[in-house]
Amino acid sequence: MEILKEEPLPPEVPTLVLPNTEDVLALGDRLDGVELIILDFPKFTDGRAYSQARLLRERLGYTGELRASGAVFIDQIPFLLRCGFDSFASAQKGFSEALDKARTLFSVVYQPTGDGRATANELRLQRRAAVAA
Amino acid sequence: MPDTHFYRYDAYDRALVGERIAQFRDQVRRRIAGELTEEQFKPLRLTNGLYLQLHAYMLRIAIPYGTISARQLRKLAEIARKYDRGYGHFTTRQNLQLNWIRLEDAPDALAMLAEVDMHAMQTSGNVIRNVTADHFAGAAVDEIEDPRIWCEIVRQWSTLHPEFSFLPRKFKIAITGSPNDRVAVRVHDVGLRLWRNGQGEVGFEVIVGGGLGRTPLIGKTLREFLPKDELLAYLEATLRVYNRYGRRDNLYKARIKILVHEIGVEKMREEVEAEYAATRNSALKLAPETIEGIARQFAPPPLRAKRTRVPEVEALKLENRAFALWLKSNVAPHRVAGHAIVTASLKPAGAPPGDASAAQMEGVADIADAYSQGELRVSHEQNLVFPHVAIESLPAVWRALDALGFAEANVGKITDIIACPGLDYCALANARSIPVAQSISTHFASLARQHDIGDLKIKISGCINACGHHHVGHIGILGVDRNGVELYQISLGGDVDFGNTALGSILGPAVEADKVVEAVDALVATYLEARIDGERFVDTYRRLGAQPFKESVYGNS
Repeated sequence: MEILKEEPLPPEVPTLVLPNTEDVLALGDRLDGVELIILDFPKFTDGRAYSQARLLRERLGYTGELRASGAVFIDQIPFLLRCGFDSFASAQKGFSEALDKARTLFSVVYQPTGDGRATANELRLQRRAAVAA
Repeated sequence: MPDTHFYRYDAYDRALVGERIAQFRDQVRRRIAGELTEEQFKPLRLTNGLYLQLHAYMLRIAIPYGTISARQLRKLAEIARKYDRGYGHFTTRQNLQLNWIRLEDAPDALAMLAEVDMHAMQTSGNVIRNVTADHFAGAAVDEIEDPRIWCEIVRQWSTLHPEFSFLPRKFKIAITGSPNDRVAVRVHDVGLRLWRNGQGEVGFEVIVGGGLGRTPLIGKTLREFLPKDELLAYLEATLRVYNRYGRRDNLYKARIKILVHEIGVEKMREEVEAEYAATRNSALKLAPETIEGIARQFAPPPLRAKRTRVPEVEALKLENRAFALWLKSNVAPHRVAGHAIVTASLKPAGAPPGDASAAQMEGVADIADAYSQGELRVSHEQNLVFPHVAIESLPAVWRALDALGFAEANVGKITDIIACPGLDYCALANARSIPVAQSISTHFASLARQHDIGDLKIKISGCINACGHHHVGHIGILGVDRNGVELYQISLGGDVDFGNTALGSILGPAVEADKVVEAVDALVATYLEARIDGERFVDTYRRLGAQPFKESVYGNS
């Protein structure tokens, strides 16, 4: 198993491992001082952790490492990145090369998420404003 | 060629579709090379429209809100010829299915589709599906606002949604902008109904948890009135609650209707409203310029008022009975004087409902270019609609449709049957649907008789997944398998007219395939004998109850 992360954390960091049934909005002070949260994909078709990730990042303002673990495959990467995951534990061959490619696979996004990418709609409005100016 | 009067892709939309095809091409390559297992590949192909049927792959092409240009339809015909067997099947969700696609050809077929700004994304799989709309949108007399503006906003938001691409189960949204519901808004995962409140503001009634399938349920109102600019915030809240709490332990209990049913609509509302309160002022709130930008693209074609009484039409009506009947059943009023909405029936007697050959598609496209502003609609009743036809052109349109075999004057009548693909194509089916529809439509082929019988909706499903909507047919027919024999269960009294959404009740024991026509014939005879002025079949059934109908099929015993 390979952990993919720009700068791997030392092994003793304060970590929270959460099943995908956990209500992250009810974590309260369990989040205090946590630097790594590991969310689980028991099956890759079970998408609950995407919601957990967005709530952690966008609602609770969690800025530490967020790792996807379990059934984590190449074709989920674009979705995982957009939901705020920045680390991946995947056993799939070729995952690390795919991760680099996945960052530029889609030049256009439609949904505003916590990843801060400008949506197609925002770009359209900017363009229209520029033309009008 | 006329300009289109609906959403046109810009560079962003085109880039996204192109990148999605490139990604899928690579996924297909990896599947063929054995780098992906079928289990891993399945959701990937499904969300690109590729479904495995009984005999081959089927490609389900999205026709967003059922609106398509003549140019796009010609391309579908070309794809059907090049990659399929030269025909396609229009579905109850306003899509087109090609039944014989080869896996290795699928990326090329999608690339061809992209040439006319179309795609097959999210027509299958556990994602937010292609959003459906009133097929009379933009032309209907009773319309408050064009629902397609909102469908397009939802289309973009739902396309490759990073959080909602692995939902517990599929998620279907329908939007109507008219008080006369033509989209079956109460039998969708989410139904949205535009209406004007006491203050004169237009907003959405949000209905949740409707659906057919194994557990038919009528949707409940989650919110009476939602300001339009908060639509995406509210949908995202609803989907998030579903994604977090929808059941994943049992495929048959995974739709949002089961969640709503199990926790109750009040609890559901509490959860959604709490989530919505936290996100309603986020970037999901739609700026007026965003809404205007999309609305402008749906600006109606500049039709000039014309005369409504045209001598040639009146003369033909008197001399040709088929034309007169066609005017009655297949032509609906248009909001601009001297115009009409024409429905081409894809249900000629004895034909599989909703099928069209490539040549027929091209013929229909030619008619749309000549007489309907180059635009067409697919109805959830599996017919094609010309939304903007001048009354003076009706004879020419009728003759041209007749030449294609699509001028049957049966819209809304007993042979305008909805049927799922059934055991002829589908791996889930227990029984055949199409041959049953064909034998009913052959038996009742007489147009005079059909018009005498009046409005009667027959809906046929080949299994309990209910793709043929049998629960809401005035007469519903469900194929079941009993020890290897195909039997058909008949139910009566279903309906999807707004305010009248009702699920049918089973009439009695299932009958054999060759007895279905006989049974329908007996039901119709009972109705004809008992009806009182102006009653439709379903009205008589509601007045009298099941008993006389039951006796007519099963005898007195």
